Amino acid sequence: MTGAEALVEALKRQKVDVIFGIIGGATLSIYDVLLDSGIRHILVRHEQCAAHAADGYARALGKPGICMATSGPGATNLVTGITNAYMDSSPVIAFTGQVNRFSANTAYMIGRDAFQEADIIGITTPITKYNTQATSASEIPKIVKEAFHIATSGRPGPVLVDLPKDVQVERAEIEFPESSGIRGYNPVTEPHPLQVKKALDLLLNAERPVILAGGGIILSNASPELLALAELLMAPVVTTLMGKGCIPENHPLALGCIGMHGSRVANRVVLDADVLFAVGTRFSDRSTGTLTTFCPEAKIIHIDIDAAEIGKNVNVDVPIVADAKRALRVIYEVLTSRAAKKKTKWFSRVKDVKEQYMNEVESAGEGLKPPLLMKELRRLIPEDSIATTEVGQNQMWAFLYFKVYKPRTFMSSGGLGTMGFGFPAAIGAKVACPDKFVVDIAGDGSFIMTEHDLATSVAEDIPVTVVVLNNSTLGMVAQWQRLFFGRRYVSVDLGTLPDFVKLAEAYGARGVRVGSVSEFRMAVKEAVKAEVTTVIDVPISSEENVFPMVPAGKSLKEMIEG
Amino acid sequence: MGEEGTHIIAAIVEHKPGVLYRVSNMFRRRNFNIESISVGPVEPRDLARMTIMVKGDEKTIEQVIKHMAKLIDVIKVSRLDPANTVTREMALIKVNSANTRNRSDIINYANIFRARVIDVSLESLMMEITGDHEKINAFIDLMKPFGVKELARTGITALSRGMKSVRIE
Repeated sequence: MTGAEALVEALKRQKVDVIFGIIGGATLSIYDVLLDSGIRHILVRHEQCAAHAADGYARALGKPGICMATSGPGATNLVTGITNAYMDSSPVIAFTGQVNRFSANTAYMIGRDAFQEADIIGITTPITKYNTQATSASEIPKIVKEAFHIATSGRPGPVLVDLPKDVQVERAEIEFPESSGIRGYNPVTEPHPLQVKKALDLLLNAERPVILAGGGIILSNASPELLALAELLMAPVVTTLMGKGCIPENHPLALGCIGMHGSRVANRVVLDADVLFAVGTRFSDRSTGTLTTFCPEAKIIHIDIDAAEIGKNVNVDVPIVADAKRALRVIYEVLTSRAAKKKTKWFSRVKDVKEQYMNEVESAGEGLKPPLLMKELRRLIPEDSIATTEVGQNQMWAFLYFKVYKPRTFMSSGGLGTMGFGFPAAIGAKVACPDKFVVDIAGDGSFIMTEHDLATSVAEDIPVTVVVLNNSTLGMVAQWQRLFFGRRYVSVDLGTLPDFVKLAEAYGARGVRVGSVSEFRMAVKEAVKAEVTTVIDVPISSEENVFPMVPAGKSLKEMIEG
Repeated sequence: MGEEGTHIIAAIVEHKPGVLYRVSNMFRRRNFNIESISVGPVEPRDLARMTIMVKGDEKTIEQVIKHMAKLIDVIKVSRLDPANTVTREMALIKVNSANTRNRSDIINYANIFRARVIDVSLESLMMEITGDHEKINAFIDLMKPFGVKELARTGITALSRGMKSVRIE
């Protein structure tokens, strides 16, 4: 068996059914084997999209997404996508071709600056959970096994496997190991009983408990446990961007998201907490505002599977290193025997605050106003639809006004803030869930960064819909220039190019431009029905701001209102 | 920020290419600083031991340990308690001795510090000294007035006293 055959067989044993990638000189042998493997290869048009699509696939299903690229530029084009997956803890596994380790032609060897050689191991070391280069065909099955284990266990994250050409064609006796034992890797999943007891003491005596739920809830599929615990404690739940959808956002205890563009009610209530129960969150600067003013009165319980996240940004009173699902279950079980379900004064106050702010949101304006568009979009597409976002104003409008009811149905580039993520991620999500409607909530500046994969969407019959909130501007930067730089606009005007309707049509997709809310409704309804790749161009004013907003370096208290 | 101090971290790591890069890259990426690092193979031969001297406050050291432990090729990592740890460093020092009147002074100082003269030329003396970090600092300071032509230090290596150990069972 050759190294390439060993790789493909190992992938099959991991039940890989789809790979996103672009073929190249250093992966020819692998693709030759893939041809007869039954694994679907989706040819994207830029490797960055392969990584984002694998990321979207992984987020939709909770299983690893696979991408593949050739050596050199193919590999380096993955870098943004891999970093994105790393920041958002997504199990993306990347395979890259590499020039020969050893060759009769010594000019085409690693270290000789051969054609299309890049030190992808060196480049991706700080942006992967692990990476490795195969040194022989016989070790490939073990490497693949370990890559899948590392990517999906503990705190998930991307893994890169670099495959030199000579290793791909080397013939060897290949054995496929049943188990993978890595002596330096043993994630803790069970909560420590002593810490659980401390957490219980705090929770039982809390007068104003708030649950802060992050992306870790979604990664460990802990939504049912979270909801059960919240209802038992009658504690309001606020989420981070990555946690959006881990609790149905129409649930009475769900207050929406905290952060720079968090909801008024969430930002206000979280600061009132006397006990903050934080699960699967890393207290990012976009979530907390200035740390010195973030819940200064609260005792903080922090559950995270990554010990290095505990105490990194905030000082915690009760650290619990564990899988979120396991920890929530253990805490719930002990609490049911000790706590009676009661509506406290705290709950009725939270309810009052929530109702007060709800009314404000309802009056968010007429015409092609993004908050209204987000609500209409939500109303018109099926509840289990998957929404991705780009980055910038579009993302924050979706964050604030597009309600999410189910985990794994909202995907956004939370950590890295990658413009161009949403569209290829939507393609990956659609491949993962072909029966669901998938929509990318986009801005014109972001969409143009990866629009070329309309070709992939059409050619591979992966129908997704893109709603372009088109203000002909790099809108979020323009907003900052408007608010903090005295309206001195620089390098944010994108003009009216391209014509997104014609662009869509050039790729063989549908393009629709809408001029009113009723046309928008019609276009969305048609897109849901038609199930062909559709770009809905929605011209909006370039003067729109996303409010509320907490300026960078300020407390969550200091919200700027619209 | 708490009070800055010097801390010693011992780690058992996979003895294979790229592991030192992963560790040093993590330090750079997280904005930690390595004062010194020494690495060598131990038993069994597919393991290596790293001794890293780090400056920082308590919170920083805690984060360093956690991020070290998070690296997959790092099998075990511990912080050594300075009160119960023996540390040693070796240095080679080449000192200007062209002025022959200085030569006996240098040799006298070397004897006091238990340094050994290991090479002599008409213009210079080379000495070898072993001891803890501070002792070597002190000896170097003493040699400076004579003119230190070249200096090589190994960085510290360390073991816990008694039966306490950082090893893989």
